[in-house]
Amino acid sequence: MDMRSRTLRKLVIAGLESGGKGHVGSSMSLIEILRALYDDFLTYDPQNPSWPERDRLILSKGHGCLALFALLVDKGFINRSALDTVCQKEAMLGGHPEKFKIPGIEASTGALGHGLSIGVGMAQAAKIKEKNYRVVVITGDGELNEGSIWEAAMHAAKHRLSNLSVFVDYNKIQCFGPTYEVLDLEPLADKWKSFGFEVIEVDGHDVEALRDVMGNIPVNINKPTVVICHTVKGKGISFAENTAEWHHRHHFEKEDIARMYASLDE
Amino acid sequence: MRKTSSQHIYELAKLDDRVVFIGSDLGAGAMTDYKKEMPNRFFMDGISEQHIIGFAAGLASEGFIPFVNTICTFLTRRCYEQIVVNLCLDNLPVILMGNGGGLVYAPLGPTHMAIEDTSILRAIPNMTVIAPCDPLETKKLMTKALEWGKPIYFKIGPSGIPTITSETIPVSISQPVIMKEPDEILIVSTGYLTQSALKAAQTLEKIGIHVGLLHVHTLKPFNKKILLELARKVKAILTLEENVGAGGLGSLVLEILSDENIYPLPRIKRMSLPDQFPDGYGDQEYLLQKYNLTVESVIQEVKKILTY
Repeated sequence: MDMRSRTLRKLVIAGLESGGKGHVGSSMSLIEILRALYDDFLTYDPQNPSWPERDRLILSKGHGCLALFALLVDKGFINRSALDTVCQKEAMLGGHPEKFKIPGIEASTGALGHGLSIGVGMAQAAKIKEKNYRVVVITGDGELNEGSIWEAAMHAAKHRLSNLSVFVDYNKIQCFGPTYEVLDLEPLADKWKSFGFEVIEVDGHDVEALRDVMGNIPVNINKPTVVICHTVKGKGISFAENTAEWHHRHHFEKEDIARMYASLDE
Repeated sequence: MRKTSSQHIYELAKLDDRVVFIGSDLGAGAMTDYKKEMPNRFFMDGISEQHIIGFAAGLASEGFIPFVNTICTFLTRRCYEQIVVNLCLDNLPVILMGNGGGLVYAPLGPTHMAIEDTSILRAIPNMTVIAPCDPLETKKLMTKALEWGKPIYFKIGPSGIPTITSETIPVSISQPVIMKEPDEILIVSTGYLTQSALKAAQTLEKIGIHVGLLHVHTLKPFNKKILLELARKVKAILTLEENVGAGGLGSLVLEILSDENIYPLPRIKRMSLPDQFPDGYGDQEYLLQKYNLTVESVIQEVKKILTY
C-alpha cells in the first residue's frame, strides 16, 4: 500500500477516533475506489461544489462515508478540522452523508438501496438537458439485496444511460457475515449483464487497474456500466480485514485507535 | 379528478419545461398527447414505485419538477422510506399525485384503499399534504405547486365530481378556505368530503340551521390563524375526512387547539374512517355510507350537537 492510500486511511481513523464509533471495514474497503475516482475520473470544483458541469458521485452505501469524507478533505471540499468532530453535537459530519450539510455530497444516503435510483434520475436529467456530466453511484454488496437497486438497474438499461456507472464495493462481508451466507449475490456479473449493463471486474485496491478501467468508461455508448470492485473489508487494518466484527464498531478504546494507526504502518 | 389532474400536468408541461411526467405502468392510453409531444419529459416506468421516487429525486436535484403519478396506496405505503429520505430529507420539489384517495377503489379491496395516507405523510418534516375538493381547486393548487419548491403529496379524489369552488377566488397552499362563515357550529372538512360537508350545510340552512364550513385543502403546512379565530367563536366543531382518525384532519384540529391552549374549548366531534381495514366492496359511496361519512351523517351529527 502506497503512502497516499495510507494517508487517506489515516483520515478515516481520525474520523473514527473523534466519532468514537463508526464503520471501519466498510470505509477501508472503499479507499482506492474513491481515490481513483477523485484523482483520475471525476470532474469537479471544490470551490464551487454545485458547479453545473461537475460529475455527480453518490455514495449509496452511505455508511462508508468516512472514506468519502477523507477524499472531500483531501480535495479541499471540507476542512481537515471537520474530521475532529465527527458525530459530535452540532457537527457537520455524522454517521452518514447529508446533502445540505456537506459540500460535495449529492444526495443524503444511509438507508440502503436508494442511491442508484437517484443517480439514474441525475443521469436521465443530463440526457434531457444534453449535458455532458457523468454520474457515478457506489453501492455496497450487501446493499444489492435491496430490490429497489434492480428496479433502478432496469430503468438505466432501458434508457441506455451510458453516462451512468455503478461501482460495487464487493468486499463480500455484510453486517452478519459473508455475503454468500447471508444472501448469495453470485453470479453477480451475470446478474448485471442480464440487466443490460456492461460489466467490468477489477481488483478494487489496485489503483492502476482502477484507473485503466475508468479510462474505458463508457464501454458501450448504449449501456450503463457496472464496475464490480473486488475488495477486502477493512483493507489496510490487518486485524479488521475480512471480518464482520469490524463492519461497524460502537466503541473504540484508545488502544484500538493506536492499533489501527500502527497497522497501517506495518 | 384523475383525468383532470393528468390533463393539467400536460398543460403545465407545455408551458414549463421543468415539468416531467413519471407514471408507474398506468392504464393503457394514458397521456398519449403528452408522450407524443414531449417524449423526453415523459416516463412511463414499470411497476417500480420505490425506484420512481428516487428517480424523481434525481431529476429534481437537477432542476426538474417531476409529477409522479400512481395509486395512492402504492405511492405512500410502498415508498414511505423513499419519500422520507429521497424527497423530504433533501427537500426536493417532487409532486406526488396519489390517485384513488380514500375509498375510491372500494371494489378492489383494502390493498387499494388509501385510508391512512394523510396520517403517515403528515408526520414527515418538509412534506406538504394536499387534498383538494374538486377539479378546479386541484388544477389551481397544481399550478401553485410548481413554485412551492418542496415535496408535495396530492390526495386525488374520485372522477366525475362537480366543481364547487369558484374560479375567481384565489387559493394558496397552506391556507384553509372559509366556505361558509359559522355562528355556533363549524364543520372543518378536507378533500372530496368537503362536497358532502357543503351539501349538508346547504340542506341544514333550508331547515333553519346555520353551520359554517372551513375547507382544508392543505393539511400540512396548515395556516392555523383562521381556525383559531373561528374556534374562539364557535361552540362546536365537527371534522370530516376520508382517512382514519389517527393523524388525520380531526387530529390536526385537536393538536392545534390543544397546543394553542384554546379555552374554553369548543365541543369537537371527529368524523373519520374507523380504525380497521374496510371490510366491504361495492363502491366508494357504499363504504362512505357504511362508515357514516355521508351528507346525511353530517346532518345527523349537527342535529345531535344541537341537543347538547
